Amino acid sequence: MSRGALSAWARASHAAALYAIDPLQSGVSLRAAPGPARDAWLALLRDYLPPDAPMRRAPLSIADDRLLGGLDLSATLRAGRPVAETGLLSQAHGVLLVLAMAERQSVSAAARIGAALDNGEIDLVRDGLSLRQQARIGVVALDEGRDDDERPPAALLDRLAFHLDLADVSHRDVLDHMLTARDVAAARERLKTVAAPPDMISALVAAAARLGIGSLRAPLLALRVARASCALRGLDLVEEEDLEVAVGFVLAPRAICAPSAESEPPPEEDALQDASADTAEASDPQNDNRQRPDARALDDVLVAAARAAIPPDLLARLETGLAARGPSSRGKSGAASFSSRRGRPMGARRGALHEGRLSLIETLRAAAPWQALRRKESADAAPLAVLVRADDFRITRFREKRETTAIFVVDASGSSAMARLAEVKGAIELLLADCYARRDSVALVAFRGKSAEILLPPTRSLARAKRMLAALPGGGGTPLAHGLDAACALAESARRKGQTPLLILLTDGRANIDRSGSPGRARALEDALAAARRLRGLGLSALAVDSAPPGLARGDAPTHRIAEAMNGRYLKMPVADAARLSQAVRAAASGP
Amino acid sequence: MATLPVKLPRETTRTVETPRVRLPSPSPDPNPPFPFTAIVGQDDMKLAFVIAAIDPSIGGVLAFGDRGTGKSTAVRALARLLPQMRSVVGCPYNCDPAATAALCDACRERAGKGELKTRLRAVPVVDLPLGATEDRVVGALDLERALTHGEKVFEPGLLARANRGFLYIDEANLLEDHLVDLLLDVAASGENVVEREGLSVRHPARFVLIGSGNPEEGELRPQLLDRFGLAVDVKTPTDIPSRIEVVRRRDAFERDPPRFAKAWAAEEQKLRRGIVAARERIGAVEAPDEALEKAARLCLALGADGLRGELTLLRAARALASFQSEEKVGDAQLRRVAPFVLGHRLRRNPLDDAGSTTRVERALGEIFGA
Repeated sequence: MSRGALSAWARASHAAALYAIDPLQSGVSLRAAPGPARDAWLALLRDYLPPDAPMRRAPLSIADDRLLGGLDLSATLRAGRPVAETGLLSQAHGVLLVLAMAERQSVSAAARIGAALDNGEIDLVRDGLSLRQQARIGVVALDEGRDDDERPPAALLDRLAFHLDLADVSHRDVLDHMLTARDVAAARERLKTVAAPPDMISALVAAAARLGIGSLRAPLLALRVARASCALRGLDLVEEEDLEVAVGFVLAPRAICAPSAESEPPPEEDALQDASADTAEASDPQNDNRQRPDARALDDVLVAAARAAIPPDLLARLETGLAARGPSSRGKSGAASFSSRRGRPMGARRGALHEGRLSLIETLRAAAPWQALRRKESADAAPLAVLVRADDFRITRFREKRETTAIFVVDASGSSAMARLAEVKGAIELLLADCYARRDSVALVAFRGKSAEILLPPTRSLARAKRMLAALPGGGGTPLAHGLDAACALAESARRKGQTPLLILLTDGRANIDRSGSPGRARALEDALAAARRLRGLGLSALAVDSAPPGLARGDAPTHRIAEAMNGRYLKMPVADAARLSQAVRAAASGP
Repeated sequence: MATLPVKLPRETTRTVETPRVRLPSPSPDPNPPFPFTAIVGQDDMKLAFVIAAIDPSIGGVLAFGDRGTGKSTAVRALARLLPQMRSVVGCPYNCDPAATAALCDACRERAGKGELKTRLRAVPVVDLPLGATEDRVVGALDLERALTHGEKVFEPGLLARANRGFLYIDEANLLEDHLVDLLLDVAASGENVVEREGLSVRHPARFVLIGSGNPEEGELRPQLLDRFGLAVDVKTPTDIPSRIEVVRRRDAFERDPPRFAKAWAAEEQKLRRGIVAARERIGAVEAPDEALEKAARLCLALGADGLRGELTLLRAARALASFQSEEKVGDAQLRRVAPFVLGHRLRRNPLDDAGSTTRVERALGEIFGA
């Protein structure tokens, strides 16, 4: 049976069976919107797992005391001796941990889960406790991300064998699956006896390398899946078919470059190998099975299997090198800066009173275990109800406000350009300096002629932004809709990176090029208004600065209509005044 | 001053058994660790660890790089390679009976009375796990004694256990800032000072810091980076035969750890002997004036932070020479260790972050000839 002929659901259910055979210290990243397909898959996995193996759900923002464990305060006080509270990781020992919204998990949570996946145990060194706890877990990461750059942390993905996408699963197929829980249980029994010949391992590694996969965990996980596949087929020796299955599930989704259908070793080398294999056969068995020509052929087969498993559109993008499938660094979200005064509360830490806001509950928790001791030491006959010392003080930590990305959308068309471009540039430079001081980033979109161009992707480099502005050419039509569309894409991507986008549109509003690139005022304005409404959907702060000469009534000015459509502020500024403009932007940035 | 009672450490950490093992395991309990010598390639990382084992005063190793390259594996395996050390029986800080100046208060008192009993024990390699809280790192009041008996007893933390051994921080770049500050302070002074919960304790805390991490997940603070004597860039091997060998060995290990460890026992023993011999010899290894001058010129050419870089360069080269049974430090040793010692000490140019290796190579070429 060829994999291409299988429905998406048959593939997904096959993956569930394979994973259920050997689930611990591995996992599945399941990309799917919440819904019947995902529920059906989870139910199926549940069915394939041993009946007494529960799955535990982990919520999104889970603090260390829940993830790793800590001191159980109430039990400790009741018992009069330290009682440890186990965390989710050790509670999930021997079972599967289901991570909700894995694409939003923090890097630090991923690192802790990753350590448990690697070591099968966790060290709990917290709150006066030092325990080593077993934590052999499996992980099902529910990934609800929509784009390539919205994925679970790379450190987590690297350790999960299966990367499944249920997007193509049709609702009608869902009930239909070929394997029973009994088949899976039998395969689980058989797994211990399954062996993989050395040349199969070599082929798997070679295929991974040709797909551009750097991490060596990938071929190792693929090998385990190949074994599971072999066990599921009731055999004892891994065969080509099992490797193809493993490549399809484990390697293909990790491919970062398009595999060529055939390898290109220099022909002489092949001939050389053939010759040496003829003459020196069995003289060096170890070298022999590594270099054997048919091992080369096998990895061609595997690469072909990988090609078949990669969706055609993605394959095309990989081939042109356009797909952003490199390791997504999620540095930003993990390195979120903690502050002692501003932002969202993020737990507490030890500190002095003047350092921030006191967290009363945490302070009392810290003081509680020592009460007996302190009472004994206290000379007072009638001591206070609770003896709190400076060491107990806990201050609340806050996660700082997200950084802002100011997206400037500048009209560089003929109608606007010559007169005001210079002043507009001056205003932007002032704003840039201001953004720079706040460590915000800026982006610049210019539209003129028939298209819009992202002149400057979000950056903090003031020098670079200035250079781009200085080189900004003027003249041509006014494709306002294009400019807004480009800004919309930038705003969405900034938001995904955890930044708050802020849009500043500088135009005279005289749109005359529509989305299709053809001239025509009415159509062009309609398109621009549509683009503006799309921006409104993003719910971002926006400011439209009208540079048209005075004349039209405010309500009729096209820029005013655009501002209304995107739910932004409107500023009439026939004579661009750099200081006033930057003031207005600052106001917009601090606004809703 | 009356000495505060100190809780003695348990020899091993308690393991809490959870009787809920239901699913089959891909491998039996991961005991023993993957052998150090069985790690394929990664020569720089392995050599840096060996050098740090030969001369702990070099100041630790940072292994920064790609995922899945066996950084943690190497550190955990290192523990098995280290020769045993002599320490005072019952001392929570593993005091060295020979180093009378560095004894903790209790040991000094007992030494005065001639009561020091010693024994050989394994060099501690202590993990600083993610999410560790400050009280367990520096040590704090023993919670159990405080609760059950209302007594004030100091329970030493990870820093005490790591004294004279290694402290390993996996994902060093994810370590919380206040813990980094604390480690920097202790690593600089060699002493851990605890002032909390009405306690006032100081004890020796000299350890070799080993860090690992993935730069994609965040940069390391420059102050912490500086603290490491050696830094190695760890990259996934790109040639197919090595990659195949990595997967094969890992697979063989996971399927039967004891058998795999046994197959590598001879190699491990050989390396262990090499390290012990190098430690014994190192005092006799000469550093001729020529080597001193070249080390100084190299540091000058690279603008690397003056004295510390130079000193570490010489020490590392000497450890390597001793490991290679050479009698004196030569060009070969200096060249080999220079990238580890100087790569992370170059003044950083924010616009150019790929250049440190190239810059070191260039300087080496200039001073030693191509």
